Amino acid sequence: MSVDMWTAVLTISVIALLAGLALSLASKMLPADSGELVEQVNELLPQTQCAQCGYPGCRPYAQAIVAGDAAINLCPPGGEDTIRRLAAKLGTDSLPLAEPPALARAVAIIDETVCIGCTHCRAACPVDAIVGAHQLMHTIIEAECTGCELCIAPCPVDCISMRSLP
Amino acid sequence: MTELIVILVGTVLVNNFVLVRFLGLCPFMGVSRNLEAAAGMSLATAFVLTLSSATAYLLHRYVLVPLELEYLRTISFILVIAASVQFTEIMVRRLSPLLNQVLGIYIPLIATNCAVLGVALLNVQQSNGFVQSVFFGFGAAAGFALVLVMFATIRERLEVADIPAPFRGTAIALMTAGIMSLAFMGFSGMARP
Amino acid sequence: MSAPTYDLGKLHGGLRLDANKQIATSEPLQSIPIPAQLVLPITQHAGDAAQPIVGIGERVLKGQLIAEPDSSMGAPVHASSSGKIVAIEPWPVSRRYGDNAPCIVIECDGKDKAIAPAEALPAFDSMPPEVLETLILQGGIVGLGGAVFPTAQKLMQASTCKLDYLILNGVECEPYISCDDMLMRERAREVLVGGQILLHALELDICYIAIESDKPAAIHRIGEVLQELNDERLVLKQVPSIYPSGGEDQLVQLVTNLEVPSGGLPTDVGCLVQNVGTAAAIYDWIVHHEPLISRITTVSGDGIAQPMNVMARLGTTVADIVNFVGGYTEIAEQMIIGGPMTGKSVSTDRVPVVKATNCILVLSKTPAISDEMPCIRCGECADVCPIQLLPQQLFWYACADDEAKLRSYGLTDCIECGCCDLVCPSHIPLTYDFRMAKARIRELADEKARAVRARMRFEARNERLDKQQNERDEQLAQQKEAAKTAGPAAIAEILKRKKKQLDEDE
Repeated sequence: MSVDMWTAVLTISVIALLAGLALSLASKMLPADSGELVEQVNELLPQTQCAQCGYPGCRPYAQAIVAGDAAINLCPPGGEDTIRRLAAKLGTDSLPLAEPPALARAVAIIDETVCIGCTHCRAACPVDAIVGAHQLMHTIIEAECTGCELCIAPCPVDCISMRSLP
Repeated sequence: MTELIVILVGTVLVNNFVLVRFLGLCPFMGVSRNLEAAAGMSLATAFVLTLSSATAYLLHRYVLVPLELEYLRTISFILVIAASVQFTEIMVRRLSPLLNQVLGIYIPLIATNCAVLGVALLNVQQSNGFVQSVFFGFGAAAGFALVLVMFATIRERLEVADIPAPFRGTAIALMTAGIMSLAFMGFSGMARP
Repeated sequence: MSAPTYDLGKLHGGLRLDANKQIATSEPLQSIPIPAQLVLPITQHAGDAAQPIVGIGERVLKGQLIAEPDSSMGAPVHASSSGKIVAIEPWPVSRRYGDNAPCIVIECDGKDKAIAPAEALPAFDSMPPEVLETLILQGGIVGLGGAVFPTAQKLMQASTCKLDYLILNGVECEPYISCDDMLMRERAREVLVGGQILLHALELDICYIAIESDKPAAIHRIGEVLQELNDERLVLKQVPSIYPSGGEDQLVQLVTNLEVPSGGLPTDVGCLVQNVGTAAAIYDWIVHHEPLISRITTVSGDGIAQPMNVMARLGTTVADIVNFVGGYTEIAEQMIIGGPMTGKSVSTDRVPVVKATNCILVLSKTPAISDEMPCIRCGECADVCPIQLLPQQLFWYACADDEAKLRSYGLTDCIECGCCDLVCPSHIPLTYDFRMAKARIRELADEKARAVRARMRFEARNERLDKQQNERDEQLAQQKEAAKTAGPAAIAEILKRKKKQLDEDE
């Protein structure tokens, strides 16, 4: 084989080698991303922590969106507005809501004549909107309730219901 | 000095890479939905263009020509460009994860952006010196950025305008690009390519 | 006569409108006699509602306090004449959507007996500013330019800023309205002394009295009284008759050439603006101890037989006033409380005159407004906007419900003057669209605030649960540690005791 051919092969190999070295150096010196994107996506979600999207809270859902594991239209409390904002932020297309919510904006209310003071609902509330002690009356702070409905299931006497706000 | 200004005016306006030479159309259409993405893309492409046109020139002048390996031009330029693009992707991922998410696949696609390879090859074709090559690359990047940003702002307004149903989306975008190209034809004859 | 000065700032946009004021100003000011019934809403100011402090059946005197504010953002209400309280109930009022509001209804006894003041008031310039401000609050004084912001609170906020100028707003740029014009013609001295009281309360040295150039009689009269008072702190300024040069921020720009920043107040650039009516009301209260119980109102329009300006007690219903001025004409079709640009439509003349009522406008049927047509992007709206906004862009983004873009294009700065609405060749109801869009922005801001709060609580709860878990783990670890050492010792102890027992048994 002629020298020219070897020169050509060698030159290309050297260029490729140098490029590869430079890139691996750069990749080591510059660390990976800081998780800032997850924070930004989390800011856009309504923070009801209701788990209706299938993830145990808003931050895990944000992480899933950024990782590409979750679609952006799984959040019923967020509604169309949130989907639109997520689409705008991430530069993707807007999608229709996967499952529309039952009530527009609702808060939970405890029927005080039935409540037995068991504190199960208090433990379930993700934003600590239920006040009450063992064997004493429980009540829901309407201003803090996000309408996530997580308190309804644990109640052994079924005294919690949702009431839509005007 | 005049020569450099002529090169700049030529690459930014008269022979704009996107609207006159029709190179680099893929990010032009794909990333111009909103202004932040377009600006980010312009910066990334500008960085790649300037870096790769300088490196390609040096590589050509000091390695390929002395070793009489000009026939390896295309493949070695592509290597250099691919490496620059990969480096840019690492930088973008580190500096702005949001931009990385928004631009998505279009960052690696800068490697196959015909404008980038076009700049490198045109520099050789026109036998530009080092300074001219850099200015040429920078001018190409500036022209690309100008047009991309203009198009993005127009598309943002088109998003909310009252467009008849058959024309919404890509159709009106392509029509707008055509009209912009028409407008840029007005610059022809101002400077030699 | 004190010569008006002309060095003015520039105002962008605005419109020259047909003033139509002479139909009301050609008649002299008349006082409405005491009506049979006075209907006083308990909230006649911007802010929190006041609470009635009188009961049904109680007899009250003119000027007696009948409703007190229970928060810091309110103003008291006084009885406008003597009589008996017959009801405290909802009554139609001239609010934006025609709601009923709680009102105190007084059946007048015709004697108009005034309440005697507690003690004689000292001269205003001997009182320190804080005392003056508290006194002004007690008089029920609110901004009579239309916004009815409690004046005392406005002065208190202003005294925390560095101020340079006081501006008395006698501009009255909206068509048909001429109540401030008549006030300045008939009660110029009260207006100017009121200005002096304000200067004393704010410890300022310059007061500009701004009057539109289409009010020559008012300018003349104010000039005469200025000469009599010979107070060089008071300066008359004439402004061109462009709508809406009477808006607070616009007037500051015209008179001092300083631009009030977006979202800011005139006090940010060192100015305080008060309506001339407010100044006169302050005079009445501080000097004569008469609280705000009456005001001048323009009754005008081609639906009124004899248009004129009237001095009416607050609480007089529009029906009584229209009866006094000669009733309606045959072509009367619609009634607006306020002016044609910013007034509120009402459907009944049972609404009472309140502190905000500057004009009662009865018009014949307006020519049919065409249906809304598509925007042709002519740009006329941007030419006339006094705030230099882009109504065309705001319109598109309001249609697209894009909150971020609406904010960045300055929707919250829109003063809803109606200029863009008037010039639009496609008859797009821009002012209405912007009002809806503003409400939407507020709604979204509320939701965002709620989301932030919920997230804070969620994160705090997680911290608490983690802390509890850690404490439990620590306790368990400690117990295990203790058990490790305690265990063998305890077993040894038990064995020893057992052995001892066994030994004893043996």
